[in-house]
Order: sequence, then structure tokens, then C-alpha cells
Amino acid sequence: MPEKRQLTLTQMEAGQTGTVVEVLRDPGFMQRRGAGRMRGRGQGPMWGHGPMSIRRLEALGIRPGKKVTKISSMLFRGPVTLRVDNAQVAVGFGMADRVVVEVGASA
Amino acid sequence: MKILLMGNPNVGKSALFSRLTGTRIITSNYPGTTVDFTEGYFRLGDEQAKIVDVPGTYTLEATDKAEEVAVEMLKDGDLVINVVDATNLERNLNLTLRLLERDVPVVVALNMWDDTHHRGINIDVVKLEELLGVPVVPTVGVTGQGIRDLISRLPEARVPQSAFPTSDERWAKVGDIVGQVQSLSHRHHTWRDVLEDVSNHPAGGTFIALLVLFTTFWVIRFIGEGIIGYVTDPLFEWLWTPLLLKLSLALGSGGFWHSILIGNLVDGGIDYFQSFGLLSTGLYIPLAAVLPYIVSFYLALGILEDVGYLPRLAVLMDTIMHRLGLHGFAIIPTILGFGCNVPAVMATRILESRRQRFIAATLISIGIPCAALQAMIIGLVGQQGGQYVAMVYGSLFVSWVIIGLILNRTVRGFSPELLLEIPPYRLPPWRVVGEKLWLRVSGFIREALPIVLGAVLVVNILYTLGVFDFIANIAAPVVSGLLGLPKETAVPLAMGFLRKDVAVGMLAPLALSAKQLVISTTVLAMYFPCVATFVILARELGTRDMLKATGIMIAAALIVGGLQNLIL
Repeated sequence: MPEKRQLTLTQMEAGQTGTVVEVLRDPGFMQRRGAGRMRGRGQGPMWGHGPMSIRRLEALGIRPGKKVTKISSMLFRGPVTLRVDNAQVAVGFGMADRVVVEVGASA
Repeated sequence: MKILLMGNPNVGKSALFSRLTGTRIITSNYPGTTVDFTEGYFRLGDEQAKIVDVPGTYTLEATDKAEEVAVEMLKDGDLVINVVDATNLERNLNLTLRLLERDVPVVVALNMWDDTHHRGINIDVVKLEELLGVPVVPTVGVTGQGIRDLISRLPEARVPQSAFPTSDERWAKVGDIVGQVQSLSHRHHTWRDVLEDVSNHPAGGTFIALLVLFTTFWVIRFIGEGIIGYVTDPLFEWLWTPLLLKLSLALGSGGFWHSILIGNLVDGGIDYFQSFGLLSTGLYIPLAAVLPYIVSFYLALGILEDVGYLPRLAVLMDTIMHRLGLHGFAIIPTILGFGCNVPAVMATRILESRRQRFIAATLISIGIPCAALQAMIIGLVGQQGGQYVAMVYGSLFVSWVIIGLILNRTVRGFSPELLLEIPPYRLPPWRVVGEKLWLRVSGFIREALPIVLGAVLVVNILYTLGVFDFIANIAAPVVSGLLGLPKETAVPLAMGFLRKDVAVGMLAPLALSAKQLVISTTVLAMYFPCVATFVILARELGTRDMLKATGIMIAAALIVGGLQNLIL
């Protein structure tokens, strides 16, 4: 039986397919002033990596149990592009970094 | 009877709306084309039914301003046509189930039906209908296939009794339905897949972006200049000028009516930039100088929109836009701004947070000149040489970046990450491109022409009353001292509030040097939104933020203009 390992979407390689395990909550607190230094990764009560963004990830097919294939990622911490079923979805780096997938070790 | 067209973003609701009502509205191939609702009517039996094109939504909990509109609309609909992208059944059905839980009858339009065939997707429509408990009709919004069928089955719409207490249970049900009705067969790799793969690749994507932007720019100039050189200029010169000269003679070559209608004669003839009468400059600016570029810009934009290129550009630009406190999706309103800032500010609704909307709207108003202004800048400043036009654009771009960097550091609030569905490439349906172009061009003529004529009239009246000397003297310290412009330039700068293209036209008789033209047009572009944008900014941002944005604009314009005066 092939060994499984867990990665985030940003760690996956292009062409790899994995199954979503979970979407991590942002451990940080609300970043307000100076959010730019953190690449605009601020968080609010509604958005950020809170329930709202998880709900939209879900709606776009990125939720536990779903198979996703990484198509590419842009340089300099750019977005990760995925294939989910028949659709392509781009996920910003910070959010992609919190989506954990399980891939086969052979990949 | 009020019927709502609801569904995920970019499933073709607006295309279906156009088909149902015969009213043309803007459709594109990217999520978030429709940010506000549009209403129309069609005949349903003996009744006139009202139908509403609702902005797309993924869930029934709003995550951005456009989705808020959708959720709000649902409260008073009598019937929902749930538009479903047949090629993405699973994701779309989640919203369908949510709609079925509500107390409103639903019919499902299985749209983009034609696309399922070449994607190797087979859907058992009868089975789907049975499982959902409401009518399901395959449709193709762009061609109109299935529309008749859809209308005839509206009376069968029902409210099935279903409820899913948790999100997980709902997804499980969706998975179960999809498993039963959909089967996949082998599909061939097409040109679209190849092109999609290349544009997703960082290097390939950058190459394609440069190619697309360069080609677009070239096409816009080529078509714009072509129309001016071969259509509008000859028409005005050969047909209109002789008529105006006759009228001028009939009016006695002078007097009140002459100066209102025809304006000043320059060397005994009509100079369409300088005469400034209603029938000379008043018609020439909108119809001959600006309209050709409106046509060429919106033609190019329409094609880019319908091909589905813009979301890819958004992904490519994401890292850069983050530095400005935005994310990649903000590039779409920004590009719309090169046509007109009004729809561009509206389109910032696709951004999730208030902070992003404020930054995006402010940056658009400062750094993105609309097509009318650009046409006039190219026409007037271009006479001095292309390098001066480049200086204007360069200054605007640098200001856009620097102000973005500053706003990102200073504006409170949060900016979420990009999360964007990338639609497949599609060959633009030419009929749709043509209709959209007509919609935008006729909109320009309808809305801009009266304001341009009004502005020219106001200019003439104020000139006669001597108000302009007053303005020029008051503003002299800033205009002459800081910006190094003759004090009379204050008048066109003040008129820029009404129409910026007219304001550039007013610079023509002032005999400014090339440097002064660069400074005055840059300041004109940045310092204040035109009245139409002003109103939209107030509506979208609220009065306080609008005033804040305006303050930033004025400060930025004075600093940039002052610097240009020192450096150039």
C-alpha cells in the first residue's frame, strides 16, 4: 500500500492530484494597519480565513474529501491554480497555504 | 409576477435574460459581470411577467456586495429560474438545493448545454428532474436553444419539501445526485486546453499577457485612428464645415447666436478644437474625436471579456495588486476604467471588503483616464509628439502605483485573498460582441453628448459673463505658481468637473507649450472625478469616503503636477 503524505496546496507540485483533508483557520489575529507588509493577509470578522472564505472555498469545490489537481502556481507567492471537477479555480497564496491535501507518496 | 434569474457567477444568467426579454444587457465570460440587478419583461401566457437578472452567488450567504444584492432580491421573488452550468453540475447544484429549501417555486435551466457534449459530459435530465422534484430544462443562453421550452414549463415550478440541516448533509446529497445523473466519457484535448495550460504557466502566462496587451493597444489605436482619418474627419470637413460656414454668413459672422452656435472663427474658418460653438466643437469632440476611440476600445474590451481572458490576467497580476492593498480580481474594474470610470467604480463591488473597494475606486479615479479623456489627450498632446503622450501616461501609472502602495499602508480594514473561478476560453459569440458594442456606444452617445453640449454652452455663457477672469485670478497662485501654467488654465481645470474631454478641448486655444500640455492634462486626469464619477463614488463609497478619496485626488494631482513642473 502506497504511503500517503499531507501537503498544503502551495507545497504540491504542478500536475499532482490530492484529496483535500482540511482547511486550516488562520492562527493570526486581525491584521489591520500595515496589512500590506503581510501581503494583504489581514483578517476580519467576516472574511480573511474565517468562515466566509471557507464557505466560498467549499462552494468552489475545495472541501474535505474532494480531489483537486494542481495546474500551476504563479511566481513570487502568486495564486495557485487548481482543477476541481470541470472547473479551474485560482486560490490566493495565503489561502492556498492553509488548504491541506493528502497525496500518494509515488507522486 | 416577479421572476428571478439566479445562479452561480458566470453561468449565463444575463445571456438568458437577454433571450427572454429581448433586452440587451452586458454579458461577458468572467464571474461578476453583473453587479446590480436588471429588470425586464416578457409575455407569460396572458400575463406580462417581470424578470430580474440577479448578480451571481455561490451560496445564499453574501460574501461580497454583489452577492448581497442577490440575497436581498430573493426575499420578494414569486418564482426562481435557477440557472445551472451543466458542465459544473456538482458545484451549481449546491445552490440549487439551497434554493429548494426556500419557500419559493423553482425551475432549473441547465445552461451551457452545448458545452457538455464536447466536454464529454452526459447528464440524464429526466432523472435529475425526478431527483430534484422541479422541472429541469436544458438551455443554451447564447443561441437561445431551449428558451421556448423553459418558458412553457414555468407554470410547473414547485416548492419541493426538502431541508438539509447541515452543509455536509447538503453536499452529500449533491454528490449522490451527481453520481446518479452524470456520466463522463473520454474527451479530446482541444486547442482550448493547450491555450489554457500555457496561460496558467507563469512564463507562458506572462508572454501571453504581454502579447494580448500589446495587440489590444495596437488594435485600439489602429481602429480608432482609422475611423477618425477615413470616416469622421472627412465627414466633418467635407459635409459639416461648408454648412456651418453658410450658417455663419447667415448669422452675420458674429453676434450672440454666432458665438453660441459656431463660436470664434479662426482665420476666417472653423477650427473644431478652438471655435467652441455648440455646432462646431460641441459636436466635434464627442462624435469625431472621442467616439472613434470609444468604438475601438469597447470592441477590443468586448472580445477580451467574452474570450475569458480577464480572469487569467487577474491571476497573473495578483502578487502585484497585493502590494496595492488589492488582489488580482481588481484588475477587471481597473481595465473597465479605461473605457469609463463610472462602470469601473460600480464593478469594484466584486471585491469583498470595504477597504479594497475604497482603494480600488480611488486608484481608478486617480490613475485611469477614461476613453474620452484619452482620445482628447492623444489628439491634442499627440500633436506635440508621442513622447509627451508617454509622459502623461507614465506619470499617471507611477502615481497609480505609489498611491496604491501608500493606501495599502494607511487604509484600515482587511484585504482577503484572491479566490476566483477561471472560466474556460470560449470563442466570442460575434453576435453578442456586436450587440454589446452597440449597447456601450449608444450609451455613450446618449449620456455623453448632452453633457458635452451642456458644458460647451456653460463655457460660452460664463465666458460672456466674465466669470472666467474671476476664476483665473483666484486660482492664479496655484495654477501659475505651483504648476507653471498660465492662469487662464484654471478655467479648463474647473470645467473638467463637467466633462474632461471638453476641458482638454478648452486647452487648445491657450497656446500652451508641450511641457504645459503634459502638466495640465495630467492634473486634469488626476485631480477630480468628473460629475458622473463623483455621483457614483458617493453612492458606492458613501459621502465620507468619497470626500476622502477626493481629497487624496486633489493632493496627489497638485504634488504630481508640481513635480512635473520642477522636473520636465
